[in-house]
Amino acid sequence: MTMKTDMKSVRGLGSAHSGTHHFWMQRVTATANVFLAIAFIIILIKAAGADYEAAKALVASPLVAIPMILFVVSGIYHMHLGMQVIIEDYVHTENLKIPLVMGNKFFSIVIGLSCIYAVLTLSFGG
Amino acid sequence: MTDVDLKGKRPLSPHLQIYRPMLTMTMSIVHRITGAALYFGTVLLAYWLIALASGPEAFETAQAIFGSWIGRLVLFGYTWALLHHMLGGFRHFIWDFGLGFGEQEREWLARLTLIGGLVLTALVWIIAYSVL
Repeated sequence: MTMKTDMKSVRGLGSAHSGTHHFWMQRVTATANVFLAIAFIIILIKAAGADYEAAKALVASPLVAIPMILFVVSGIYHMHLGMQVIIEDYVHTENLKIPLVMGNKFFSIVIGLSCIYAVLTLSFGG
Repeated sequence: MTDVDLKGKRPLSPHLQIYRPMLTMTMSIVHRITGAALYFGTVLLAYWLIALASGPEAFETAQAIFGSWIGRLVLFGYTWALLHHMLGGFRHFIWDFGLGFGEQEREWLARLTLIGGLVLTALVWIIAYSVL
């Protein structure tokens, strides 16, 4: 029989110490991604046949740049959570799992910031 | 119970190879595979945006790569992965509300996701080509 009160077990937030935060953020970003991915596809269709000047003007315009940055933030967050689940499902040795979970974060941040940097450079007239 | 070999021969629950392949199982695996493909596919988006920010020459190279038949094939696959994964996400939302677990419902949801993903991908590419 456990001596813990219900409140104590809730505050402990389980073995990962983050409760359902991971699960919940997966849903929050997924909801945002539905709208942002549709916007992203529309942007890509518009960019499909564009030459350099037209593509530049397109991505630089606020109504494209803002949804694009939002999609990158929400999409990268979502994919980072998803990849962590995949790693945790299949990799069971700590000395491999920890570098992979860390590498997942590095990859996500590098790709995300690179995209945002490029969009902002275009927006600010680089 | 002291003579039970807990390390070597402990009983295991049946794994993938025991089950007959089913549509719902396949769709679950495809959801994960498309998710992983989209993960690595973000490199393409980053490359395209950086090329555009770098100048006309870099952008021309990027456009030539994406415009080639293999580039178009990869982008077509990427479009399908994105839309299929999105519809798979809708399925998860339905399950989150405790719905869609019935014998018929889950089969129909799996079929709708599969067909919907293909139809939407075709639609996006038809629109893209008609705009060009």
